[in-house]
Amino acid sequence: MSEALSAEDSVSARKVHEFFLDNGLQVIVIPDHRAPVATQMLWYKVGSADDPKGISGLAHFVEHLMFKGTEANPPGQFAKVVARNGGEFNAFTRNDVTAYFERVARDRLPTVMALEADRMSNLRFSDDEVKSERNVVLEERRSRVENAPNAILQERMMAALFPGHPYGIPVIGWYEEIEGFSPEAAVAFYKRYYAPNNAVLVIAGDVTPDEVRKLAEENFGSIPASETLEPVRVRPVTAAPSEPVVIQLADPRAGRITVQRYFPVPSYPSAKPGEAEALDLMMRIVTGGAAGKLYRRLVVEEKLAATAGGGYVRPLRDAGMLAFDAIAAEGVTAEQLEEAMTRFIAELRQGSVTQADLDRAKSSYLAQFVYAADSQDELAGHYGGFLSAGLTLDQIEAWPARIDEVTVADIEKVAATYLDPARSVTGILEPSAESLAA
Amino acid sequence: MDIQRITSPGGITAFLVEHHDNPLIALRFAFRGGSAQDPQGKSGLAYFVTGMMDEGAGDMDAAAFQEREQELAVHMDFNAARDLVTCSYQTLTARKEEAFDLLKTVLTEPRFDEDATERVKGQILAGLKLDQNNPVNVASRAWSELAFAGHPYGLPIKGSFETVPSIMPDDLKGYADRVFARDNLIVVAVGDIDPETLAKDLDHIFGGLPEKSQLAPVPDATLAAGPVREVVEMDIPQSIVQFGLQGVMRADPDFLPAYVLNYIIGGGGFNSRLMEEVRVKRGLAYSVNSHLFPFQHAAVFMGRVATKNEAVGESLDVIKEQLSRIAREGPTEEELEDAKRYLTGAYALRFDSSSSIANQLLFLEVEGLGVDYVHERNGLIEAVTLDEVKRVAHRMLDADRLITTIVGKPVEAVPDPAHAMA
Repeated sequence: MSEALSAEDSVSARKVHEFFLDNGLQVIVIPDHRAPVATQMLWYKVGSADDPKGISGLAHFVEHLMFKGTEANPPGQFAKVVARNGGEFNAFTRNDVTAYFERVARDRLPTVMALEADRMSNLRFSDDEVKSERNVVLEERRSRVENAPNAILQERMMAALFPGHPYGIPVIGWYEEIEGFSPEAAVAFYKRYYAPNNAVLVIAGDVTPDEVRKLAEENFGSIPASETLEPVRVRPVTAAPSEPVVIQLADPRAGRITVQRYFPVPSYPSAKPGEAEALDLMMRIVTGGAAGKLYRRLVVEEKLAATAGGGYVRPLRDAGMLAFDAIAAEGVTAEQLEEAMTRFIAELRQGSVTQADLDRAKSSYLAQFVYAADSQDELAGHYGGFLSAGLTLDQIEAWPARIDEVTVADIEKVAATYLDPARSVTGILEPSAESLAA
Repeated sequence: MDIQRITSPGGITAFLVEHHDNPLIALRFAFRGGSAQDPQGKSGLAYFVTGMMDEGAGDMDAAAFQEREQELAVHMDFNAARDLVTCSYQTLTARKEEAFDLLKTVLTEPRFDEDATERVKGQILAGLKLDQNNPVNVASRAWSELAFAGHPYGLPIKGSFETVPSIMPDDLKGYADRVFARDNLIVVAVGDIDPETLAKDLDHIFGGLPEKSQLAPVPDATLAAGPVREVVEMDIPQSIVQFGLQGVMRADPDFLPAYVLNYIIGGGGFNSRLMEEVRVKRGLAYSVNSHLFPFQHAAVFMGRVATKNEAVGESLDVIKEQLSRIAREGPTEEELEDAKRYLTGAYALRFDSSSSIANQLLFLEVEGLGVDYVHERNGLIEAVTLDEVKRVAHRMLDADRLITTIVGKPVEAVPDPAHAMA
């Protein structure tokens, strides 16, 4: 028999380096010399939760505009230069962060760093570009939301889960507000938030800390810090729903009945010590694939669901959430499935997790750190995501050890505290009578 | 990167790239066969089999197996494609012995228990129900049916509401018996393992499989003659349009020119003509792209655009015009140069992790390209000439012959005379 995996096994010899430029830019270097490749990620500490009132989706829109060009690199140039250098790039916007990344052969790093530095302070776009890009975002919203009933339901559930907090507003924005984007609002947003003192630069791959320091100084060193940035991101306090909320949506495109239940909980950055780790492990035990307790109960034993899963959604600065979801088996009603899920969660709240469950979950969790270390972009994403959401490097490095320390009692405690039905939001999606694509 | 070719005492060959920096081993293997081996009336069988591989083996029922998998922290992922069943299997070095034992049991003693079969069947049917309302899936499925009518490639990989319910444990077992064998096996390994150990482990894992597979012959497929167009009505604000033509086979001397051409048309993201014309200049879509799919028995050039119902006609017109133009004139010297610079420069990015290296090696084995291809490949791309790309553009891109499926409520533009005649 093998021995249980320990936290030490999961930490490789890899060393992560951190330093700051005078203008406040935080730089993280993660050397990995297996292949002559480098990954650059630039994380801005701004996301959809920072959208001005009435202009939801602006952070995401500015991410699109970041590809429009500068004086030195006119429209189209960014993509051209990266591609001519054999590189790949992309960008994404989340609730608290907006990130840009490039992967290139190691000797092309200076080129893509120069591009990122240039658009940190020199972005330009015309009114026509704003208009055309607005249509692109509306198409993106149609693809992601309007064409997908589950996404429509999720938007409503998030609004109920975080009442009065911007986490309740979709990252891409409400349709009508996207239609109203103005160039002026985009410029003001960009000027305020796109600055070295609001960013984390992560370089992973075949590089040394010294060469990255030199490159970062050369490229970003002369960009002034933003003065209009608040020292602390001020957000409304998250208010949990005060009574159970149930949202029902009938849609001919739904396919199958699905039941989802969300609970607001602390996130890694906002939790008291140990709480986030306990929540994380609890959800791995409950929703970790086919070995998960929820799947076992609803799919295997009671045969009420075709699949069941969920998770602990972590990198939200002010709060996180627990999600449980299931797709009904043929002939099972939404009421039956919801009732079974409620029973399962009530038992979990009373303490149904065993030591054997916890040991298995820890073993697979700790292995994740090794698997993640196989890929430089995963590492860059891991460190960048948590640093820009408010964790420190020390906190990230101590993570495996803290996971190792969680006890069954810790899990029982967070279960009792947070799985309160009064704070839950339930979403039920049902196919309505006529099916569209018979 | 040093690629070794090893042969086990039992005669199993594999590519290996050793990497001892990270304590894990990435094993990737495939059985030739895939869903093209699904028998008449049982489409979806290969896909079903891959869904059953973690549902019990040897003396472990599904629950015991899945707990073991979690305890060992192995990553096992089986997939069915048209011509292959693939598996990605990763383990920490510390757990190698037990992990390989587990894999051996999966391959040689899969259980296909009655209750697990029913459960997975329910999941596949639920998935089909969801797919039925996902316009991208509907468009893709309809396209294959239209383009490959009468050939196994026209049948859905996941099966249908007619075929999946009829699949029983005996069918699953029959598929595994016919397809999981040594003569159609392809294996690669990357990571924390040396050649001698791997050779021994290969015999341990795969040695118990039958020597010979029993594959049904699959004829080469001819695509339907275009133009053909099918509209699947769905009440959604945005239509999904999938369009395609006969592509170029992997073994065809024109393959690499076609590959470069596809990058220029719609494979190059923001640097592609379609993205520039459809998204950047006109704001008609969020995504538009094209791909080249060289299957074992057919080749497809295919693209997709998602655009609001009112803009379907205009988007398609723009796309056709671009295809016709490039068929007529070919790309510019500058476009060709840019494509080569990207494709050669980005090649290294495919080798930056154990699992991505394993992917590349498996592809080399599947296509029979040999170890040296990794070192020759950029030279071959560099050698592609403008004339070759022009020739393949002219040969491949007949915009008047497009096979098109549209899912949504398209509001079409007035067809031009050429299309009206079709």
